Amino acid sequence: MAADLTIILPEILLACFAMLGLIMAVYTSKDGMASPLLWATSAVFLAIAVWIGFTGAGTNVAFNGMFVDDAFSRFAKVTILVSAAAVLLMSEGYMSSRGLLRFEYPMLVALAAVGMMMMVSAGDLMALYMGLELQSLALYVVASLRRDSVKSTEAGLKYFVLGALSSGLLLYGASLVYGYTGTTLFSGIVEVASEGASLGLLFGLVFLMAGFAFKVSAVPFHMWTPDVYEGSPTPVTAFFATAPKVAAMALFARVMHDAFGGAIADWQQVMALLAVLSMFLGAFAAIGQTNIKRLMAFSSIAHMGYALMGLAAGTVLGVQAMLIYMAIYVTMNVGTFAFILMMEKDGQPVTDINALRLYHRQEPAKALAMLVLLFSLAGVPPFLGFFGKLYVLRAAYEGGLEWLAIAGVVASVIGAYYYLRIVFFMYFGDTQEEGLNGGKSPVLWGMLMASAVLMFVSILPVINMFGVESAAAAAATVLVN
Amino acid sequence: MDNLLSIVTFTPALAALILAIFLRGDDEAANRNAKWVAMFATSATFLVSLFILFGFDRNDTGFQFVEETTWIMGLTYKMGVDGISVLFVMLTTFMMPLVIAASWDVNTRVKEYMIAFLLLETLMLGVFIALDLVLFYLFFEAGLIPMFLIIGIWGGANRIYASFKFFLYTFLGSVLMLVAMVGMYADAGTTDIEALLSHNFAFESFSLLGVQIVGGLQTLLFLAFFASFAVKMPMWPVHTWLPDAHVQAPTAGSVVLAAILLKLGGYGFIRFSIPMFPVGSEVMTPLVLWMSAIAIVYTSLVALVQEDMKKLIAYSSVAHMGFVTMGIFAANQQGIDGAIFQMLSHGFISGALFLCVGVIYDRMHTREIDAYGGLVNRMPAYALIFMLFTMANVGLPGTSGFVGEFLTLMAVFQVNTWVALVATSGVIFSAAYALWLYRRVVMGDLIKESLKSITDMTRRERAIFAPLVVMTLLLGVYPALILDVIGPSVAALVDQYDTALAAAEAATQVASN
Repeated sequence: MAADLTIILPEILLACFAMLGLIMAVYTSKDGMASPLLWATSAVFLAIAVWIGFTGAGTNVAFNGMFVDDAFSRFAKVTILVSAAAVLLMSEGYMSSRGLLRFEYPMLVALAAVGMMMMVSAGDLMALYMGLELQSLALYVVASLRRDSVKSTEAGLKYFVLGALSSGLLLYGASLVYGYTGTTLFSGIVEVASEGASLGLLFGLVFLMAGFAFKVSAVPFHMWTPDVYEGSPTPVTAFFATAPKVAAMALFARVMHDAFGGAIADWQQVMALLAVLSMFLGAFAAIGQTNIKRLMAFSSIAHMGYALMGLAAGTVLGVQAMLIYMAIYVTMNVGTFAFILMMEKDGQPVTDINALRLYHRQEPAKALAMLVLLFSLAGVPPFLGFFGKLYVLRAAYEGGLEWLAIAGVVASVIGAYYYLRIVFFMYFGDTQEEGLNGGKSPVLWGMLMASAVLMFVSILPVINMFGVESAAAAAATVLVN
Repeated sequence: MDNLLSIVTFTPALAALILAIFLRGDDEAANRNAKWVAMFATSATFLVSLFILFGFDRNDTGFQFVEETTWIMGLTYKMGVDGISVLFVMLTTFMMPLVIAASWDVNTRVKEYMIAFLLLETLMLGVFIALDLVLFYLFFEAGLIPMFLIIGIWGGANRIYASFKFFLYTFLGSVLMLVAMVGMYADAGTTDIEALLSHNFAFESFSLLGVQIVGGLQTLLFLAFFASFAVKMPMWPVHTWLPDAHVQAPTAGSVVLAAILLKLGGYGFIRFSIPMFPVGSEVMTPLVLWMSAIAIVYTSLVALVQEDMKKLIAYSSVAHMGFVTMGIFAANQQGIDGAIFQMLSHGFISGALFLCVGVIYDRMHTREIDAYGGLVNRMPAYALIFMLFTMANVGLPGTSGFVGEFLTLMAVFQVNTWVALVATSGVIFSAAYALWLYRRVVMGDLIKESLKSITDMTRRERAIFAPLVVMTLLLGVYPALILDVIGPSVAALVDQYDTALAAAEAATQVASN
């Protein structure tokens, strides 16, 4: 029992921190505590990320297999915590200048992080659902953080209703799986599934996949994404686009390989279909968008398609590619959202990309950084985004899904169009309207620049992606065997 | 000098970085500094690259000056040149100082302009020097970004359309090549170009979705690479991005595009398609030859009716590139020799022609052919230089344009007489459009009021043309300068190609018996 608690200590500490913070804020100055709490939460995230990243070793199982701490979960946790910390830091200025900086915000994010950490470590359907719901409930609330805005409450409600539906699907799938295997432990399910999945088990598998596809916002379960991205306050959108996506994708990979690793042939085609639909819908639907938050929603749908392409390969290389892709995706999105957060005029946030006309004349450095990020998002070398794409392409090709690789690159050309369109507004426009002003936040500026610089510095041999590649390789090997 | 190639490749990028970090301000002095830094960097690159040329052992058909270190993702950073690529490197380093000099009158966002061109030079050099598949792709594809910005920011009225068309067209071609590269990696287990050159890709026919693929994997890989290089070349019928891009690009952009970027496709065919997929190439040869012949005749005819000078020269470039693909896929010594020669000579000639257009565009701000006429009366020096390059473009013996055309026609005559017949008629058409252009712009009486005060070329403009004139005439009378360098490598390539085909033939015989 004591050993179990040691393994799960990071989660326990983070949960205690969240609850202590809540109590403290309630009994002291309430929202006056918000800013210090936000910084403290970021610091705690980073500290736990360093702790997990540097001290963990081997595979430890707690609570009779319900909680798994291995290289895979550690990789996902570090990515989640670091990106959540970055997004929290980015949100302070925006939230406080709009009166949204309530003490509940950092605490809800902390609780969501606990949920996400549970998700990626789940070794059992119950643990999985517990983590997923903890994360989801926290996210529903932050989506509607701006209570006086119709769009924000609509986003929260939409997210909640559709999220509940997907949880229902997932639960139904889980109950079918339990019914046909007699266990909720992944290690038990995988034994039954490898002997040839029965029809009932397949139904369960498909319902589970539908639930996960909703969480990663893969087509055709993506409908909530643009509305929620648009309606939520921008820092919350930034958060949605990063850490929860990593967690959901990691959970997806864990269930598919740990619980259904023997039935790859049964889920591979479903996964490939999700991937190809996401890539194409993300690419086409973003073309017509003028709201940059909606555009980023479709962009993230497309990117999830590429990550799923890695998973669809069903190999070690595939999982490794997915992890690397997600790490790169999160880095790019932190920078991009830092830029979006700085888009304001007379103190009001602007989301229309028309407002970026000839932006590079006012802010050459910011425009250049955004240019780098956009080309990286489009997957154009020499930027990091290209290497992510190359990885998943390799995984898909070597996993025997050549057609998926071809579809992926074709979709990436279509997708390049809308990224180029932003470049066009920033650099080529001729009529200059009342441009943007303000947006002078050193934190955001630093995040944007750091992320843009990473796009080409990481590929230098001395940096070698900061070891992400080998860590992902180790993580993937543990998961797939 | 163990890493001479890296030094040559990254010197311009380093200068671009210095400009980006240290040059501040937007005044006259800052602009002048930006120009001089760019001039100094490109000239230095050229001087250093001379060490490559003079240190190059022309009897060695392997790769020279090879550098190899590990890179990320299990890839290698490998650079090297052989007889085929070394002269393209020289062409690039030779043209860039001229390009910078030709941009001396740019006065909007000079710093960014110079940075874009310097980065472009690094990326183009990298394409010719890279000996790792992914490294090659990285340089090949990244070159789109500066060119997209050059057309989009400093281009003409319709630059948005042209820049998007340029980017998306070439991007679509390239990503298919990326999938093929992934496939090659999966098949051969390496991305080292040197190793891939000696790897035999499967050529057994199989059926895919009910279609019999003759040449099997090799044909599929060939087609994927073809999608990329044919667009880049550009070959008929995927050439339509080129006239748009040329017309809208600033003069220096057009020069780079015509002189260097168009050569990436031809280089790719010689470096990848022919030696790596010999069976696939052979299967597709009739198609490519006929596409080339159609390109030569069709685009020459289209050039005849153009009203915009740049568009006319752009179409003539497509026609000339038709000779290149024809020569490459004739796949014999004269053909590939001639194709490389034609590419290098076209680099000088078309670059010079776009500069000629730039000279009068700077004065009159129009490229309409009808807006000119009788320029010889006010601009004798210009008339002389324009005539020289018009003649070179036509392929007059004594200029470098003749050698390339003649060699490729001779090569294709041995392979496919009908194609040679059609292509030769293109030579006549090219004389027609080029001479007619010259007559309408330069000859006749100077009757247009607006032209009465036009001035002849300045000393700077003459200085830019001087090296191009020298190269065009020198290579026209002494082509061995080029042929001696490329000859041994091309001979080895053709030999390898023939051996591979013979082996494939024998294997198919055995299989069918």
